[in-house]
Amino acid sequence: MKFFRLVFAQLLRKKVRTTLTIGSFAVALFLYGLLVTIRGAFVGGVDVAGVDRLTVINKTSLIMPLPFSYRERLMGVPGVSGVTFAAWFGGVYQDEKNFFPQYAVDKDTWFDVYSEYVIQKDQREAFLRDRQACLVGKSLAKRFGFKAGDRLPLRGTIWTGAWEFNVAGIYEGNRPEVDTGGLLFRFDYLEERRQFAKGTVGWYVVKLANPDDAVRITRTIDEGFANSPFETLTQTEKAFATSFAKQMGNIEFLVMVIGSVVFFTLLLVTGNTMAIAVRERTGELAVLKTVGFPDFGVLGLILAESVLLAGQGGLIGLGLAKLFTMGGDPTRGLLGTFYLPWGSLGIGLALTLAVGIVAGLLPAVAAMRLRVVDALRRV
Amino acid sequence: MVRVDGGGNGDSLIRVRNLDKKYQRGSEEIDVLQGLNLDANRGDFVAFMGPSGSGKTTLLNLLGGLDLPTAGSITVAGDEITHMSTGKLAAWRARHVGFIFQMYNLIPVLTAFQNVELPLLLTKLSKQDRRRHVEAALGIVGLSDRLAHYPRQLSGGQEQRVAIARAIVADPTFLLCDEPTGDLDRKSAEEIMDLIDRLVHEHGKTVLMVTHDPRAAERAHAVLHLDKGVLVEGAGGGA
Repeated sequence: MKFFRLVFAQLLRKKVRTTLTIGSFAVALFLYGLLVTIRGAFVGGVDVAGVDRLTVINKTSLIMPLPFSYRERLMGVPGVSGVTFAAWFGGVYQDEKNFFPQYAVDKDTWFDVYSEYVIQKDQREAFLRDRQACLVGKSLAKRFGFKAGDRLPLRGTIWTGAWEFNVAGIYEGNRPEVDTGGLLFRFDYLEERRQFAKGTVGWYVVKLANPDDAVRITRTIDEGFANSPFETLTQTEKAFATSFAKQMGNIEFLVMVIGSVVFFTLLLVTGNTMAIAVRERTGELAVLKTVGFPDFGVLGLILAESVLLAGQGGLIGLGLAKLFTMGGDPTRGLLGTFYLPWGSLGIGLALTLAVGIVAGLLPAVAAMRLRVVDALRRV
Repeated sequence: MVRVDGGGNGDSLIRVRNLDKKYQRGSEEIDVLQGLNLDANRGDFVAFMGPSGSGKTTLLNLLGGLDLPTAGSITVAGDEITHMSTGKLAAWRARHVGFIFQMYNLIPVLTAFQNVELPLLLTKLSKQDRRRHVEAALGIVGLSDRLAHYPRQLSGGQEQRVAIARAIVADPTFLLCDEPTGDLDRKSAEEIMDLIDRLVHEHGKTVLMVTHDPRAAERAHAVLHLDKGVLVEGAGGGA
């Protein structure tokens, strides 16, 4: 701690340079924070996917339906503790740019299987009472200002015509990563009004009594429906969410590439800054050694300076990113979740410090190897 | 009594025997110091004079453990330093040597107090003890009222006083001064030499000083001349 002042004082030597370098870190880490948040919005479903749930879809394609009759057979598979189902609706609210996902779900079983959705008891009861009821996710409600009691019209695109719903309540997630950007309405309402595909569902979700049985149950289900007109493809919900996310492109890869470029650039910027900083005070480093600072002590001082430089910028950038994401989804709900997890902040800070260490390493080693007599001659 | 004939007894504080230093410049080998002997006792004030390139600074670097000789030995207070590792030499320097440079070599982003405190950061002294030592050192050099000043806020003479305070703050065994007045005007140079005089006579410090300035050399107990790598006893100083 007694050396902190010595390290910190060096940062004040060239205030503009220090500010610009810290600024580079802050901007880069702010960008990192946003990238992680956006990645979470696209593939967040993967992270929150239940390990005890399987998704059963038509083997041909996700858009092909499955018969309603499969439900009883799925219930009969040993190890299955619950089954629910849903269908994609694809309606438009006022204008196509107002996109948000809408699912027709089984009113009786959906919330038993998806325990991460939290809804007030009276609102759930209202949902059960009214065939035209719908539940709106919290971020969707915030996006359009929906509230319980509202009448919500949608224009059907798959099942055409005007569809009207009564907002029975707002559901929330039991943790910030849960997507609350969608709308759930009763499957029986869809079944009653739709012109085709009656007697089918979009997909089933199977809840397992024991997640360890996932492989066996997956095989049992798919083998059970093999060679039927509606063969199934059963996956863990995580695998399903991953493949679903990949339909939008490899977001993860994109984020990784951009993030890597940003951090590599940062490494070069900081490395250059530290190299200049060390070179211009060669004489002073020699003086430190002259008064008895050991070689490794000098190495430590330079590394500490580099890490302190990086750490300050990183904390500012990550702090700003966190504040920004706490302000809510800037796309007004287009992204299902807009949340920067604390874990990602920790990873960001660790990356920052690692960049600080790596960037400071070469100049620090040069300072460590500096021969006092040579350096003093240059003063 | 300073001797250069290698005949000093074993009680000398600084004992140099058959010291050689060669530098390699390309394919050419340059003998900077050749078979140099020196004995200096506690409380001695020795001035080294000689033309540029005669090896004065090289000798000072060797005595201060900043460089290693090609041959020969240097023993200070019983410690043979010529075979120490760089790590041990650094620790030895911190304990035994106070350096005073021509260009002061203060760290510009640190205050006078912080500059003087530097050698003490390597000790186990508490913050309060460090403060006490620093204030005492700055008191000796007459800068008690400049603790919070940065080098840029001080005159050349004051900067050199801070450098002297830094050199003495850890109470080293001896001081090495490399042209301590070389960058100062006459008046400031006199003040600095008065201060070094006081360190020798009032505080019992041992001082080895390289200088070109005959007035500064006059203050020393002994003036030794270096010429072509050989040390020759000159006229005595003013002690």
